[in-house]
Amino acid sequence: MIDYGFTEEQLMIQELARQIAEERVRPVRAQLDEEGSHSAEIMQVLAESDLFAVFIPEEYGGLGGGALELCIATEELSKVCGGVAVSYAATALGAYPIMLGGSDEQKKKYLPAIASGEKLAAFGITEPNAGSDAGGVETTAEKDGDSYILNGSKIFITNGGVADIYTVIAMTDRSRGARGASCFILEKGMEGFEFGKEEDKMGIRASATRELIFTDCRVPAENLISREGMGFILSMRTFDHSRPGIGAQAVGIAQGALNEAVDYASERIQFGQPVSSFQAIRHLIADMATKVEAARTLVYQAARQVDSGAKNISKLSAMSKLFASEIAMEVTTNAVQIFGGYGYMREYPAEKFMRDAKITQIYEGTSQIQREVIGLEVIKEAKFRDKK
Amino acid sequence: MKIVVCIKQVPDTTEVRINPKTNTLIREGVESIINPFDLNALEEGLRIKEKMNGELIALSMGPPQAESALKEAIALGCDSGILLTDRAFAGADTWATSYTLSRGIRRIGEVDLIICGKQAIDGDTAQVGPSIAEMLDIPCITYVRKIEEIDKSNIKAQRMMEGGYHLLESSLPALITVVKEINEPRLPSLRGKMRARKEEIIKYSAADIVCEIDSIGQMGSPTVVEKIFAPPVRDKGTMIKGEPSEAAAKLVSELKEKGVLL
Amino acid sequence: MSIKVDLEKCTGCGFCVNYCPFDAISMRSRQEDSLPASRFRRYAKIEDSCNLCGACIDSCPLHAISMERAEKKERVPLKDYKDLWVFAEQREGKIEEVSYELLGKGRELADKRGCSLVAVLLGDDISSEAEKLIHAGADKVFFIEDPLLANFTDEPYTQALSWLIEEEKPEIILMGATTIGRAFASRVAAKIWTGLTADCTELDIDTERGLLLQTRPAFGGNIMATILTEHNRPQMATVRYKVFKPLKSDPSRKGEVIEKKYPGKLSSRTSILEIIKDTTQEINLSEADIIVAGGRGLGKPENFKLVEELAQALGGAVGASRAAVDADWIPYAHQVGQTGRTVAPKLYIALGISGAIQHQVGMRSAGTIIAINKDPHAPIFNIANYGIVGDVFEVVPALIRELKK
Repeated sequence: MIDYGFTEEQLMIQELARQIAEERVRPVRAQLDEEGSHSAEIMQVLAESDLFAVFIPEEYGGLGGGALELCIATEELSKVCGGVAVSYAATALGAYPIMLGGSDEQKKKYLPAIASGEKLAAFGITEPNAGSDAGGVETTAEKDGDSYILNGSKIFITNGGVADIYTVIAMTDRSRGARGASCFILEKGMEGFEFGKEEDKMGIRASATRELIFTDCRVPAENLISREGMGFILSMRTFDHSRPGIGAQAVGIAQGALNEAVDYASERIQFGQPVSSFQAIRHLIADMATKVEAARTLVYQAARQVDSGAKNISKLSAMSKLFASEIAMEVTTNAVQIFGGYGYMREYPAEKFMRDAKITQIYEGTSQIQREVIGLEVIKEAKFRDKK
Repeated sequence: MKIVVCIKQVPDTTEVRINPKTNTLIREGVESIINPFDLNALEEGLRIKEKMNGELIALSMGPPQAESALKEAIALGCDSGILLTDRAFAGADTWATSYTLSRGIRRIGEVDLIICGKQAIDGDTAQVGPSIAEMLDIPCITYVRKIEEIDKSNIKAQRMMEGGYHLLESSLPALITVVKEINEPRLPSLRGKMRARKEEIIKYSAADIVCEIDSIGQMGSPTVVEKIFAPPVRDKGTMIKGEPSEAAAKLVSELKEKGVLL
Repeated sequence: MSIKVDLEKCTGCGFCVNYCPFDAISMRSRQEDSLPASRFRRYAKIEDSCNLCGACIDSCPLHAISMERAEKKERVPLKDYKDLWVFAEQREGKIEEVSYELLGKGRELADKRGCSLVAVLLGDDISSEAEKLIHAGADKVFFIEDPLLANFTDEPYTQALSWLIEEEKPEIILMGATTIGRAFASRVAAKIWTGLTADCTELDIDTERGLLLQTRPAFGGNIMATILTEHNRPQMATVRYKVFKPLKSDPSRKGEVIEKKYPGKLSSRTSILEIIKDTTQEINLSEADIIVAGGRGLGKPENFKLVEELAQALGGAVGASRAAVDADWIPYAHQVGQTGRTVAPKLYIALGISGAIQHQVGMRSAGTIIAINKDPHAPIFNIANYGIVGDVFEVVPALIRELKK
């Protein structure tokens, strides 16, 4: 056992999340994957176990943890099912804009229900013409008296339809580009707020991914987070906080696949001996394990940096997400390889990990975007270093 | 409404093996767990407590380490945990165990309902629940698969039977033993775990519960274990090979030959 | 009473540590515990969690561990107790098969002990069943009739039998380990303070000591234990269905049938409101001679039909593994295993069941076990008499065709 310097509370979170993953998620993961269905029952279990409270401040009904606690829980769930894990982590993503930029009233109104797990949250920025380019958002929010009228749509929204609370980016001033974006809190059931297409995905199929449609949707002005024009900055800060969580998801998926592969390699007999006794397999396992461990360390480091309140967290956050997701793809692919023909079959869990891993390289900023973030930061830092 | 749930910390029996050469137990890395049926008992207790605003106490007899099982019960939502622990309790069979637990319950005072799991997986006797009821002179409903109604003075419950069930009604105080089917036990919550860490487990010795020394532990146990040994090993079976229809034909003729099928 | 380690013999080898089922032995330093110096640095210490099971005694290669037992006295004058009783359990006036099985074994034991075999029947208007018990091997039948004894509730049954025990003083009582027998026997043993051994798989008489040797599985069937009740009477044991064989009913057998009258008034604080039969469970799993059980390998609830079809072709009952029950493919009543039912049919066919130890515990005493599973490494094959590695969906239809030939 490696000591990651966790506190007693963090160890409790890890133990509980692991127990839930093993006892409640593992028995149904294949079924959820096949049906492509979000499990309200599992979310209920996570809620009753207080796992949604770990990343919410105590004054708003949470347990006062932060990104590291979120990562610990997400990693454990991901070891069994990346889809369940993302339904959990996406609630944190949806809650971050409120935690980072919301007023005390907004926090009091929304965070306790998220902490108790009574309500799931979701974050909506992506549109058909605005993925990595947040400036391309076409959804508009027009001021009308003491409310805003939203029009447009969002796609690929994790927890879309199942969440009750949505933080949504819309343009209050299109002429200003990214600086004209603002962030609003929407509630399921608001007039003019509907759900569109449900996506049929390659992986993380135990999570809901859906289109959000706004048709003259009237949102009270008090639901504007921070002020007009802050949407883009708020989004970037949200991603800085949430990316280690995706890193943790990737580490969990990789570890889950590695565990399955190692068990299989020790049991599978070929040429009269377990395949794990062949150097080709053993060294492959060694490389996989080493890379997973490196990714995990980077993720925890990034999460700790986020929780320390440090200002410049973009680089490390992006690095943790980039590295962990690339490792996840590599490790899960190799896990399928170790399973051989069985690895390619739906009946064995290896291929699911591989399908689940792919998304971690894409959402919350593709690997290419992460490299942009990291590259820009490194070059910026170099200039600063030269001045010293 | 005061409810007591009796729980037992047991070794995860699926891990225990016997060495056929030396005839001794092999115990490697066997974890201690709360007896699975007792988790159902705890869950039912929690549901009644929540519904009727009652008090729920987890009670166990065992070595000091059994404290961790009671902490787990508190993490699940029990109000308090009591451990009956004393060197003098060691070596108890079901009679002495039931006696000790019944004295522990007397010490708690007026109790309306006692819930036990149907049996413990290390002994599989299913004797302790009904024995406690007898020793406390209260009615008992075993193998409860559903509580249909409960109020301050009565309980109506379904007792599972071979090939069906009986609907029984009993006055309270009473003892019930529950089967797995009755509910799905919840998992602990983080807040519960945090509370459990701080909560003191109450410990009673033989003197605290006023037990006569010849009624507890090995002294009070009518049964003794004469010997333990490995179960007879099954002969290695025959693997039948071939295409499905071929294998099926071979199997059926083999079974007919051996007289298993007529 | 305690386990003692002879410090002069103990070498601190640590063998016993692994054998202790309760994790109650630790290896400690003699120096740190201020013990006299020895050429062996460590010694075995028995901790408070010791349950006095004695497993360590046999494990010690140096015979350094022993158990000191306190002398126990006779709780009752043992010589006053004689005869072997079998509780004849009736449901709605019909005697349970297990009671006849116990009379079969009881006959053998009574002959060995040189005593009478007595059947005890509690019920209401049941005297007509008494003759059957004589035909099944009993020398004598005691019966008590009372409306409160018509169907089982634990209090009046306990009152009646405890009274009869005190009156007649039997040496041994055997009961079926049914849902009724387990609860009833426990309550009686608790009331009269005697030993009770559940689920015996073997019973014998130690003729020298005049004791009933009660052998049962412990620790989930991984070990067997022989248990005695030395100083209390009667010696009580329960036995599951199908463990022993009934004698062939012999209508020419003669015996005494004696009605006993309970002197007081029986009472119960529990009443039976309704008796509901589960029609989905046409054959009682515990009593079935043939069981076909399905597990996770069947994949879907629809596929469970295959299990039913094979069961039907064989005239057997349907069982299931925990995985299948947890997935809601079939009700819990069909679950075989540690948290379900324990069965001992003549033939057990496991379809797509991997055979985790928890499942094995519930069916390993079946006469013949057949496993069909596509995973050649499934543990079920370790205990199967016949195994077929293959696709259940191909093999089972072939099997059904073969059976219909």
